[in-house]
Amino acid sequence: MSASKQSYDPVEVTPLHPEEVARMRDEALGAIAKAADLDELKHVRIAHAGDRSPLALANREIGALPPAARADAGKRVGAARAAIAEALRARETELEEERDRRALAEEAVDVTLPWDRAPRGARHPLTTLQERMADVFVAMGFEIAEGPEVEAEWFNFDALNFEPDHPARTMQDTLFVAGASGGEDSGVLLRTHTSPVQVRALLARPLPVYVVCPGKVFRSDEPDATHSPVFHQLEGLVVDEGITMAHLRGAIDAFIAGMFGEGLATRFRPSYFPFTEPSAEVDMQCFACRGASVEPGAPPCRACKSEGWIELGGCGVVNPWVLVSAGIDPERYSGWAFGLGVERTLMFRHGAEDMRDMFEGDIRFTLPFGMEV
Amino acid sequence: MRVPLSWLREYADLPPVTPRDVAEKLIGVGLEVERVQSVGHEVKNVVVGEVLEIEELAGVKKPMRYCRVEVGEHEARDIVCGATNFDVGARVPVALPGGILPGGFEIGVRKAYGRMSEGMICSARELGLGEDHTGILVLDGDPPIGADAVELLQLRDDVLDIDVLPDRGYCLSVRGLAREAATAYGVGFRDPASADLPAAEEGSYPASIADPTACDRFVLRAVSGFDPTRGTPLWMQRRLTLAGMRPVSLAVDITNYLMIELGQPIHAFDGSKLHGEIVVRRARPGERLETLDHVVRELDPDDILITDSSGPISMAGTMGGLSTEIDDASTDMVVEAAHFSAAGTARMSRRHRLSSEASYRFERGVDRELPLYASAKAVRLLAELGGATVLPGRTHAEVDTPRTTITIAADHPGRVAGTTYGRETVVRRLRDVGCEVDGGDTLTVTAPTWRPDLRDPNDLAEEVIRLEGYQKLPSVPPQAPAGGGLTPGQRLRRRVGQALAAAGYVEVLTPPFLSGQDWDRLHLPPDDARRRCLEVANPLSEDEPLLRTTLLPGMLRALLRNVGRGFPDVSLYEMGLVYLPLEGAPAPPRLPVDRGPTQEEIASVDAALPDQPHHVAVVLAGDRVPAGWWGKGREASWADAIESAREVARAAGVDLTVSADQRAPWHPGRCAALVMDGQVVGHAGELHPRVTQAYELPARTCAMELDPSRVEAATSGPAEPPRLSAYPVATLDVALMIADDVPAADVEDALRSGAGELLESIRLFDIYTGAQVGEGRRSIAYALRFRAPDRTLTAEETTAARDAAAAEAARRTGAVLRGG
Ligand SMILES: [Zn+2]
Repeated sequence: MSASKQSYDPVEVTPLHPEEVARMRDEALGAIAKAADLDELKHVRIAHAGDRSPLALANREIGALPPAARADAGKRVGAARAAIAEALRARETELEEERDRRALAEEAVDVTLPWDRAPRGARHPLTTLQERMADVFVAMGFEIAEGPEVEAEWFNFDALNFEPDHPARTMQDTLFVAGASGGEDSGVLLRTHTSPVQVRALLARPLPVYVVCPGKVFRSDEPDATHSPVFHQLEGLVVDEGITMAHLRGAIDAFIAGMFGEGLATRFRPSYFPFTEPSAEVDMQCFACRGASVEPGAPPCRACKSEGWIELGGCGVVNPWVLVSAGIDPERYSGWAFGLGVERTLMFRHGAEDMRDMFEGDIRFTLPFGMEV
Repeated sequence: MRVPLSWLREYADLPPVTPRDVAEKLIGVGLEVERVQSVGHEVKNVVVGEVLEIEELAGVKKPMRYCRVEVGEHEARDIVCGATNFDVGARVPVALPGGILPGGFEIGVRKAYGRMSEGMICSARELGLGEDHTGILVLDGDPPIGADAVELLQLRDDVLDIDVLPDRGYCLSVRGLAREAATAYGVGFRDPASADLPAAEEGSYPASIADPTACDRFVLRAVSGFDPTRGTPLWMQRRLTLAGMRPVSLAVDITNYLMIELGQPIHAFDGSKLHGEIVVRRARPGERLETLDHVVRELDPDDILITDSSGPISMAGTMGGLSTEIDDASTDMVVEAAHFSAAGTARMSRRHRLSSEASYRFERGVDRELPLYASAKAVRLLAELGGATVLPGRTHAEVDTPRTTITIAADHPGRVAGTTYGRETVVRRLRDVGCEVDGGDTLTVTAPTWRPDLRDPNDLAEEVIRLEGYQKLPSVPPQAPAGGGLTPGQRLRRRVGQALAAAGYVEVLTPPFLSGQDWDRLHLPPDDARRRCLEVANPLSEDEPLLRTTLLPGMLRALLRNVGRGFPDVSLYEMGLVYLPLEGAPAPPRLPVDRGPTQEEIASVDAALPDQPHHVAVVLAGDRVPAGWWGKGREASWADAIESAREVARAAGVDLTVSADQRAPWHPGRCAALVMDGQVVGHAGELHPRVTQAYELPARTCAMELDPSRVEAATSGPAEPPRLSAYPVATLDVALMIADDVPAADVEDALRSGAGELLESIRLFDIYTGAQVGEGRRSIAYALRFRAPDRTLTAEETTAARDAAAAEAARRTGAVLRGG
């Protein structure tokens, strides 16, 4: 031992003995482990890690040690306090979790209880289906054209090449608006199809014209499962240079792919409409069974009534006389047009069986369709 | 048009294919075959028998016979029979035990009138051979005993039911359909109207055409000595029945048979009832005719008539007159076959609401060449089947009618289709349909007389394309120029629909037809503009002839329907057009179709149409929030109706203000005018109790209706975001006492303008009425939030702003600051 060492307080500080530090530490760790809740832990913290805890007091004694011993003792006490602090932290986390677990368990509810306070609404499937059908064309660059429902006979018939006394005209079961004399000769009617919008679009828009015209139409049909005096059509019209039936077929194919999926065959059958020549009825291969239901013994198909094909609508090359009525040179321009029934589409696409259900306003019919079809 | 396949095969050499196959082929060339009906294929074990003995059964109320019948088996059969129209030795059809008759009716051995009956002797009707059930069918011509009667009587057939489109009048005949079928299969066709006719003959009965616009060919032939007791042969009855016509009498059946076979309507007059020359002319004022259906018809000067010196005797091509009708004693007949104006017969048939098989065909166009053949065939059949003598001569009045020729580029069909057909193909296909074709690159085409619908190059293009097959058309995707997407109005209507559906309203699409009583049920004042409406001239229901000027009546009916079906809590919305006639609107001019209309002409047509704005409306009743485990429910109220308008306004991005108003059909104290951009765009609130009573609606039913096209006009441009201040908010409340009749909206307006620019937002959070505030007054409390863009507000600044707000409210509305 050097003389200099002797010049400091030679008293050995008992609490700084290794055994004593270890004892205080173990006592603290024991108390921490035994603390049953956060309150107890708080007391343990004060007793063993507070300012007046044995180790805190011991720490103060370090200065009284000879310099050579200070480092050792400091390290010892520091390690012990760190161990206690760590144990406190761990125990606290543990106890907090336990407290939360208990408290949250008490707050548990039956999450399956109904909360049908807000009334449920829905858009009508004919509205949303019509939008969806139109949007397939809008995505191809078409615009949506609209026209009046109470329409002039000239737009509804004459301009569309319906001759005055031709049966095609009387077959439409027109509802006429009464004129001053009350008769059916007012020249004003409820449009029987969306085709007058073709003529209006051709008169109002610069060429070329690429439009779809969705809307309500009217016939004097008694309501039954497949008829309604008010129903909806979607008309398509293209007038441009060099348009052929091949473009019509291409547009129908694109619509079917957009609406019902890729790879469905189409079938064109000759037909007759005064405003198209040539005219066709178009069928598409059933999107549900893809024709499989026709095979003997195959399960029946609701969408196509096991016919394999679904009637989509009528179409054709715009009759040059319609172009003439709209002031367009049929030598330079040609076009195609088609018309689809929205109700019919709802029936085969969604299995709706009675058209009357669509117009009675029964919420049970409309609610399942939600916001989109 | 129903056509038995056996009849088609008589004129078209069809291959031995199934009826389904024929149907598919015809569909492929554009005939709408609705269905294929199989007839008589179930019938079996019916043989020819000979009656050997007849025992009249005694003690039975009606005549009844027990017959022994030889049927070619090892032993004769004993059969009970109720008919008496046969003698021993008659050959009759016998259904043996185990046999099946049309309709699946099975024959067995049964006991009847105390005897065992081993089969059944059949009547014509029991075999599906027409209507005759007066006795059993006695077979002519001694057919061999035991022979298969199903074969013998041709009981098996297949009937194609075809919906003939209005441009294909020629397909309303076996002749037209057989031609189509032959072309579709590429096989031979025999024209049933191709008999050799004498070039010219003497007249048979004097006749002339007085109006060449009514009729351009009129043919008469005559017979005498017709035996009216002769029946129609079975084969003819059979074909008529399968074609959907009821056999009547031999003379009538012959004319009907030829109409179906050829497509030419034929009328037979009783020659003894005619007086003087027959003239085809229009009706004269005041003329009348009693037609075959026993209706006396007032004739119109546009009606086309067959007349004799007694006056009108037939409505041309529509229905014959009663006075010259052939009856069961007629022996002399004058047969008329003519070509009447399609438009003229169409107008006449429509005017008299009288559609006949004849008028149906004339409207759709009949071959102008047919009257000569059809009349010749008619008198020949009257002679062959009815024992008549054909009188020499033929009356033939005619108006010179040029044939239509069409000039068409040989490649035109290909350019329409978007593909290429060789010139040879085009020429061949046009000849297939009966056209005469001349020329090289440019073809001169004369349409056949039975195709009056072929008039334009595209008509010919369709013939070529359909016969070559629509299925061969290529598919070219559309190349539309970039479009502008939806218009603002179209986007707005979608948003409004989505907003209302999200707010719990269910969309309905109600019919636009109203009753005159609806105006009274809605309690509209007599001069209310909504009473001025359009009327449907031919409404579906006489009770609902009016076109809506408001969406509410239809919606209230839908609401009531839901309530009636057990859904008392209903919130519905509808968007649709209403029709508002313009006062003194003129009738629209009939514009030409051979050129485009001018802007003035379009405007003059549109001026005749009503204003047709889109309306959006809601109706609601019952609970808006139902009672539940969470507590009490809340009834739908006027406030919900107004809130629905706010949903619309928010969807449109415009501010909605509300003011008290009085307007039917709303409760005068619970009705709000909806104001956007200074304009009243609609109303909302609770319905008048008398209105709910008139419609039998639940009490306190509420409604809103507005015109979103006006909202659309009010919609401002793209929104700009506000500058977001980072400084703290200062909140102060203000409670004010106001008179009951001061609208809260006015107080809020005053507070807003008084508070100045520092005001960030204002919210009414409490209303209090009671003894403390006194009678006729209420206390309303607002929370005001202040914030500056550039600094933290001091308490002094905030208080000053609040006080200024209260002062402005006091000035404008007499509000008194409470506890302040
Ligand atoms: Zn299917």
